[in-house]
Amino acid sequence: MKIGVLVFPGSNCDYDCYHLAAQVLGAEASFIWHEESHINADLVIVPGGFSYGDYLRCGAIARFTPVMEALRNFSDLGKPVIGICNGFQILVESGLLSGTLLRNTGLRFLCKDVYLRVDSNATPFTSHLALGSILRMPIAHNEGNYFVSRDEYSRLNSNHQIVLRYCDASGASRAESNPNGSYEHIAGVCNARGNVLGMMPHPERASEVLLGNQDGLRLFTGLLKQTVLA
Amino acid sequence: MPTVEIAITPQVVKEHGLTPEEYQRILKILGREPNINELGMYSVLWSEHCSYKNSKPQLKKFPTKAPWVLQGPGENAGIIDIGDGLACTFKIESHNHPSAVEPYQGAATGVGGIIRDVFTMGARPIALLNSLRFGELSQGNTPWLLDGVVRGIAGYGNCVGVPTVGGEIYFNKCYQGNPLVNAMCVGIVQSGTQFVHELYGPIMKGVAKGIGNPVVYVGAATGRDGIHGASFASVVLSEESESKKSSVQVGDPFHEKLLLEACLELIRSGAVVAMQDMGAAGLTSSGSEMASRGKVGIELDVALIPAREPHMTPYEFLLSESQERMLVILEKGHEALALAIFQKWGLNAVVIGRVTDDLMFRVLEQGRLVAEVPAASLADDAPIYQRAEQRPAYLDDVQALSENDIPDLTYAQVPAVLQTLLAHPSIASKRYVFEQYDYMVQTNTVQCPAAADAAVLRIKGSDKMLAVSTDCNSRMLYLDPQQGARLVLAEAARNVACTGARPMAVTDCLNWGNPENPEVFWTFARAVEGLAEACRVLETPVISGNVSLYNESPAGAIFPTPVIGMVGVIAAGVRALGSKFQKAGNVIVLVDACTLRPESGLDGLGGSFYLSEWHKIERGLPPQVDLQGEKRLLRFLEVVARDALAQSCHDISDGGLLTALVEMCVDTTFGFDVRTLPKMSRCDRVWFGEHAGWVLLEVPPILLERVKQRAQALKIVELGRVTGSKTETHLLDQALDLAHFEQGYKHALTDALNEPAL
Repeated sequence: MKIGVLVFPGSNCDYDCYHLAAQVLGAEASFIWHEESHINADLVIVPGGFSYGDYLRCGAIARFTPVMEALRNFSDLGKPVIGICNGFQILVESGLLSGTLLRNTGLRFLCKDVYLRVDSNATPFTSHLALGSILRMPIAHNEGNYFVSRDEYSRLNSNHQIVLRYCDASGASRAESNPNGSYEHIAGVCNARGNVLGMMPHPERASEVLLGNQDGLRLFTGLLKQTVLA
Repeated sequence: MPTVEIAITPQVVKEHGLTPEEYQRILKILGREPNINELGMYSVLWSEHCSYKNSKPQLKKFPTKAPWVLQGPGENAGIIDIGDGLACTFKIESHNHPSAVEPYQGAATGVGGIIRDVFTMGARPIALLNSLRFGELSQGNTPWLLDGVVRGIAGYGNCVGVPTVGGEIYFNKCYQGNPLVNAMCVGIVQSGTQFVHELYGPIMKGVAKGIGNPVVYVGAATGRDGIHGASFASVVLSEESESKKSSVQVGDPFHEKLLLEACLELIRSGAVVAMQDMGAAGLTSSGSEMASRGKVGIELDVALIPAREPHMTPYEFLLSESQERMLVILEKGHEALALAIFQKWGLNAVVIGRVTDDLMFRVLEQGRLVAEVPAASLADDAPIYQRAEQRPAYLDDVQALSENDIPDLTYAQVPAVLQTLLAHPSIASKRYVFEQYDYMVQTNTVQCPAAADAAVLRIKGSDKMLAVSTDCNSRMLYLDPQQGARLVLAEAARNVACTGARPMAVTDCLNWGNPENPEVFWTFARAVEGLAEACRVLETPVISGNVSLYNESPAGAIFPTPVIGMVGVIAAGVRALGSKFQKAGNVIVLVDACTLRPESGLDGLGGSFYLSEWHKIERGLPPQVDLQGEKRLLRFLEVVARDALAQSCHDISDGGLLTALVEMCVDTTFGFDVRTLPKMSRCDRVWFGEHAGWVLLEVPPILLERVKQRAQALKIVELGRVTGSKTETHLLDQALDLAHFEQGYKHALTDALNEPAL
């Protein structure tokens, strides 16, 4: 499997995702520069960071790059795309996913482990996981407060597009277990077709024994059944 | 635009912070009067911040060499060899005065500057640490300063993508009006010519070479911000300092990230001869220092520099401290390659001059000569001052403390003291702060903040790991600068060793008051001697550092504060130890490395948090420190981790033994049952004494005998056991409400700041 990692000016989790793909998953990994107009990969990771400094609005400038046009074509083919943190923000800004990401209600950047509940397995990233599975993963963001209109939320919900929700260790979603005030505890959503997933938590930071947590790996194992895992 | 000629009057000289004697020295060097541009250049390069003119004779006392030291002080950062073809680059620097005036930008640009010092060496920055000191949290603008500094560090480091993995925060009234913001950066670089990993470059130094080689300006455009920042850092803060806001630079971490990637790409291309950050004193320092190190000259034309504002003068170009800029000496003929790399990253890169053979730092404006001075005279010929020393009068008073002054605690008082100490903002949990920092980006963070005594980092491309920590208990230096300095260094080494690492080398940030005050300078000299001795015994040479003097406010000088950044290496295959209990039933062992501790008296209590918070006095003599014993302890801890003889390890420091035990339980489900205590003359010395050389180990029962054998000359006391729940916590058969104490520890900081609990 070929995994492509997009690189924008200001991406800073690009190498982390490349490391995950190449060293941990053992896939053929490559970087895809933002000016490229063609994507040669089986799976694309839109990594976290501060594309264009997040100066206008997170992801708002990155959406205009040539590679995002290519990504749209890539996703139209039904190929899997995962946007993590700033990558999620870029996917939302470019319209590949619905909703928007507001500032955390605490008005502070927050880096900590959170628990996530798998609420949809209608994506290739979660298709092999049981509904209600609980994953622990870190977040690290200032604008992770997901928001959609009530109508859009109903549509997403009934269409199984709410993939991950913040919860506590037992799987219950409560205000105290929601780190950023996101609507209905949403941590990750997918598109209608299910092949594009956006999420605020960082699976690439929770994919190695040495780092004390491998829950992030579980999002990729279904896609990489043929690959020998490191 | 024509340059207005400004006459060099005594008043102009004075406004540039130069003494009449220093001005005479300039006249002698030049054989003529300097013009205003030249005067400005000498003014900044000869400031304490750039020249170390007050501290140099003292700094010579530090050991700086060891077989593993590849680069000692004098470069942008020091380098140690860590094997496998890789080396570790690190340095600490202060940004105290800017942070006092504008905490967000002051702290942010402090982080930006230290990151550039590391990647200019060819290294990829992999970790940031800091050391922050403020006045009392309940006083004045401390909450505002704390909030701004933390947001500034977060805003910059998080965006650049270098994790902030460790640090310390102290609150003491001596820092009211003069907070300290020290930032440290750690990077990894290829040690030789052999390619090891795509992340790292080969070692690059700031030594200009090759007559005719082009001098290239890269990075952000130059503005008028930060003019005379280095001089500002070298004066005492006053009520008027607010009006110095134009001396504070503004950071752009996005630009820094691009500059970092572009510079590393350029260094890896092999086209670079030398590189240096335009930090303090900007273009003047980077140009003249690179020329001086290479024993060459540099000629450049300021009209070619990308400018942010129109009509900038040569004076402003030379002294601007605009951020995110580098000066690069290229191998001739590689200009096109270099410019293409910077163009790809959307950055300025302009050839502005060349290396010459006449040893001059020559500045032109559209071809017209506007300054010409010997490069080495700027970088190396600053006057050196042997400052007068006098033992401070206050010392006799604060050191005088007799046993009768301090009534011992009754056992019944112990819980109340514990509660007081755990809730002190200097001791309490800093989770509220470090969760604002991205401490995990780059996926190397093996031990997160608060999970171990030092941050532990994986090194991609190597099976070894790094342990890094910043430390300074400045109150001990206030009471006895030399002994306090020994203690600080020993504690820094111990913290790193508690993870299983061998402490390798030190970077130091010496924050002091006005060196022209003989009493202040006496404490500086004694502290340097104490540090130097401890560095020598513990085999941790000083490889880089920074001196920040004039840290005074209208209320007086700060405590002597030599912040130590310690780096250790964990051998391949060794599992790093955290500081949290792991398993019920494990034995809690106290290891004691000190053979000098008197049986009776107050040893361990002088300068302790127990005295300052319970008895409300900052007095006494610091505890005894046995450096030979400390070294035995360091080697022992390395063996403990290597042979997996313990499951956690924690140094006993601020707040003493009982505080340390509670800290080992926080964020776990465990408690402790302590049944045996070390023999001491007083109850308070046992529970709250801040003894040097004390470490707690959590040892599986079956390994206890092996630990004892390995300990050899080190004393071992089996205190008790780890218990399976908080409610099973006992001190000598008395139940202790551990959950209650942990709550106080966790909430003290947020409560004091009126922030929601975490």
